[in-house]
Amino acid sequence: MNLQGRQTWKFTNSIYLNAAGTSVGPLESEGPLGSFFDKTYSDLHCNQKNWELAERQLMEDAIDVCLKKTKLQPEDINFLLAGDLLNQIVSANYTARGNGIPYLGVFGACSTSMESLALGALLVDGGYANRVIAAVSSHNATAERQFRYPTEYGGQKPDTATFTVTGAGAALVSKEVSDIKITSATIGKVVDLGIKDPFDMGSAMAPAAADTIAAHLKEMNVAADEYDLIATGDLSGVGAPIVKMLLKEQGIDISDNHRDCGLMIYRPDQPVFAGGSGCACSAVVTYGYILDEIRKGNLNKVLMVATGALLSPVMVQQKESIPTVAHGVVLERAEGGN
Amino acid sequence: MATKEEQQAYAEKIKPIQPKPPYFINCLKAFLIGGLICLIGEAVQKFYMTYFNFSAETAGNPTVATLILVAALLTGLGVYDKIGQFAGAGSVVPVTGFANAVTSAALEHKSEGLVLGVATNLFKLAGAVIVFGAVSAYIFGMIRYLFQHLM
Repeated sequence: MNLQGRQTWKFTNSIYLNAAGTSVGPLESEGPLGSFFDKTYSDLHCNQKNWELAERQLMEDAIDVCLKKTKLQPEDINFLLAGDLLNQIVSANYTARGNGIPYLGVFGACSTSMESLALGALLVDGGYANRVIAAVSSHNATAERQFRYPTEYGGQKPDTATFTVTGAGAALVSKEVSDIKITSATIGKVVDLGIKDPFDMGSAMAPAAADTIAAHLKEMNVAADEYDLIATGDLSGVGAPIVKMLLKEQGIDISDNHRDCGLMIYRPDQPVFAGGSGCACSAVVTYGYILDEIRKGNLNKVLMVATGALLSPVMVQQKESIPTVAHGVVLERAEGGN
Repeated sequence: MATKEEQQAYAEKIKPIQPKPPYFINCLKAFLIGGLICLIGEAVQKFYMTYFNFSAETAGNPTVATLILVAALLTGLGVYDKIGQFAGAGSVVPVTGFANAVTSAALEHKSEGLVLGVATNLFKLAGAVIVFGAVSAYIFGMIRYLFQHLM
């Protein structure tokens, strides 16, 4: 049975994550994980005319690097599953226009990273694709413009605010043997506990992350300590303690093996408020740092849960609360491809 | 969808975890930076009165224009948003904050062209200030008129 319980896919075939590519902006490259990223820019504009083009450049770079590592051409890829945070997911659409890979656009806000990876693995497992690339991007300035104020506006942000990561990540999924396996994925349901403050998305998203982690452990019938690392996407300094608390209430203890990508990507002294957020936050940390740790053998089994605040400025102005979702993917070390 | 009770219970539960906004420090910073901006305004006004023969009343216009110019330049140089994060209301409330709201919107929408980008979005943030400024001026003008002529 490929379906475990209600919402978890257990892949029957051996599905591998063959290679990944990451590209980041200046603040991310100066952060503690800076050396793990493939391509870095010292300028937020990424040598482009405007912010949107800069974000597109990042996504194109991530896919390019991913293809180069595997010595493949865009023609060798069956499908591109990509998304970003902008209206009509423009960064993904225009990147797909450029490389000509048959394309499915996906949107799950910041959870798009694992949503696209899970769907990619599903397509390969079902025999509907030989090779899939899952890619996401986000850019601090495009996200500010999309969701908040102009970048140079002098409004004061509270300490609960998060800072959108500038970057992009792409991963190649196929049945060709490599050192990292994708073994299962849990699709989250949309959770909304009434948080209306777009400057506190950690509090809004933590219940979704807790829900997906609890569902995953139950349906796979495993304990939390089965995983060397249970990582969340961008809960930040506010949401990370909340998800631990919510899971503890259900008898699940992740205090020893949980880390949040939003807290890993920046140094505490960088001006990022509660921590990093955005599709690229979970993507570049997973595809850059976590994959490397798995390859080195420092981690064997990782549950990566990308969290997304399905935020719309219009809906928030209409006094609606922020719906959130989280999707989890399990990455395992495959020694010699086993 | 969570019920009202569930939402309230969650809000209560996470309260101890959420960082408290440092209201007192924020007020102090706003007071100091806001005051500093006004002090600079005073100095500029004195400058116009001393060297350009403006009266205290007529020096107002060139003073405001100077502050707006400086704030717009600081916005373009990427400095004003950093002052804003530190000072909060202290740098939003003075006329420099208004200049920043207009300039930042203009910069942001430059990529969509002069007409549909810059011109259309120029007052995206500052528009509310103008609307409520004009409306309240009208209302208070009427009240003043009534008091002057009927009492």
